[in-house]
Amino acid sequence: MPTTDEAFIDVTDLTKTFRVRRRTGWLRRTTSEVRAVDGVSFRLRRGEMAGFIGPNGAGKSTTIKMLTGILTPSGGRLRVAGTDPWRERTRLVRRIGVVFGQRTTLWWDLPLRDSYRLVRRMYRIPRDRFEENLARCVELLELDGLLDVPVRQLSLGQRMRGDITAALLHDPDVLYLDEPTIGLDVLSKARVREFLLRLNAERGTTVLLTTHDLSDIEYLCERVVVIDHGRLLYDGALAGLHEAGRSERTLVVDLERELPPIEGIPGARTVRTQGPRQWLAFPASASAAPLVARIAADYPLVDLSVREPDIEDVIARMYGG
Amino acid sequence: MHLLRLNLAVAASGFRRYATYRVATAAGVFTNTVFGFILAYTFIALWHERPQLGGYGQSQALTFVWTGQALLAAAALMGGGFQDELHERIRNGDIAVDLYRPVDLQLWWLAHDLGRAAFQLVGRGVVPMVAGALVFDLALPASPLVWALFLLSVLLAVVVSFAVRYLWALCGFWLLDSTGLSALSTLLSMFFSGMLLPLNVFPGEFGDVARQLPWAATLQVPADVLLGTQPGGALAGLAFQAVWAVVLLAAGRLLQALATRKVVVQGG
Repeated sequence: MPTTDEAFIDVTDLTKTFRVRRRTGWLRRTTSEVRAVDGVSFRLRRGEMAGFIGPNGAGKSTTIKMLTGILTPSGGRLRVAGTDPWRERTRLVRRIGVVFGQRTTLWWDLPLRDSYRLVRRMYRIPRDRFEENLARCVELLELDGLLDVPVRQLSLGQRMRGDITAALLHDPDVLYLDEPTIGLDVLSKARVREFLLRLNAERGTTVLLTTHDLSDIEYLCERVVVIDHGRLLYDGALAGLHEAGRSERTLVVDLERELPPIEGIPGARTVRTQGPRQWLAFPASASAAPLVARIAADYPLVDLSVREPDIEDVIARMYGG
Repeated sequence: MHLLRLNLAVAASGFRRYATYRVATAAGVFTNTVFGFILAYTFIALWHERPQLGGYGQSQALTFVWTGQALLAAAALMGGGFQDELHERIRNGDIAVDLYRPVDLQLWWLAHDLGRAAFQLVGRGVVPMVAGALVFDLALPASPLVWALFLLSVLLAVVVSFAVRYLWALCGFWLLDSTGLSALSTLLSMFFSGMLLPLNVFPGEFGDVARQLPWAATLQVPADVLLGTQPGGALAGLAFQAVWAVVLLAAGRLLQALATRKVVVQGG
């Protein structure tokens, strides 16, 4: 029997099927079953920070809705913090925080401060703990001076930081983040990531992060869980994902002048050229440094950049092979 | 205790949300007043031809008009309020956010709507009523007790109106397009609340039925409590409202349980 700390989130053979009715003719309808989640199993330790990724429609949101208790599973077993999310939803919600990049839990017409007051009442947060948590979030997420601004006047990045604060005022044990950095500029992204790292390190909050941005995962998570078509494709370290997906990074080099495609660099191949610019693909798990050194030694190098593979590409490769 | 504080806080937020829009409030007051004048002159013409129509004298009929204008926004006689907002949240999936909260959905929106109504009674109700009283000869009671009963009746009117609109809004879980429903709910409410014409004007069985429907609790009964014309007395009117409030709130809970069981929250 695993303790709840080792399997704080425990998903075994989780399945969700939706019945979809389609009109196929005058008064005739056919019902078909769609398996949105199809036998997914994984476990998260308490305090773990994991990325939950997959292409659109892979079943991520459906899984999160079941984990948070607003959707009933069709099959399988599900425990979060020792509770059954669906049956004990109202008890569980006090222990979880949820942040959606594309939705807001704040009240559009009200200043942030008023939204937080309502949150305090909802979660029955003792005043001193509330003040302490709020002050901490305000400082780390740089919300100073924004508390009295109505939410509708905040920028996307400010609103997102406001939403993260709202989700953390009641000290949740688990934080679900759904695309928390979508649409944010580089600076806001960095602030949010930095904050999440500290939260996880200092409070031991368990974090499950859904994203399309691989750099979020690289920055935050040692572990990734990948699903596609409702099935678990991969569960392990990020480096392993690149190996499993045989994914490639791209080195973009600008040479002094137009030259024939670069050749003879071990571990890399030129995939495209355009004028003085050339694109070289190399395994994502390999270091770019020796490649760069080699090219700089043999070619008139002016500038270079490295591009990370997209999640979609990585998964497409895994799925294909 | 916690629950009371929470609901007071929610009601206060509802109040503040509507209080934010001062221009909209001023425009609403203006519209209510103009609408009141149009109805008042129509009623004067009507009561001139048919004195004592529906048992009201002319000044009672005019009082009915201005009570209707005072309650139009507060009791959401033309729909709106939280109904459109909740329906939209169901349609676009934001309802998921509400379901993640450790609060009861119905109680939350009820508290919110009571806060809104409190603001709109003061912000949009008082001015039209005073304007009407200044221009026309109204049959307003002198007794503070009647006014107190009237306010209680208004509170119940808002609760019944909420309970009806909550049912309409929850239909969004099954029907994704609300335009038709919204129009239907507004039409039913405008007519059967008595806002266009007092319900006691309608003769025969139609009138009997109309006076027993829940919408009667949203304007006809409060107006009769104010006028002292409620059949069976003011308390009978309040009891009628209370029964509908309990029945409809219970129906709302039932529908809510069904909806959240089958819920398909839209979108990512």
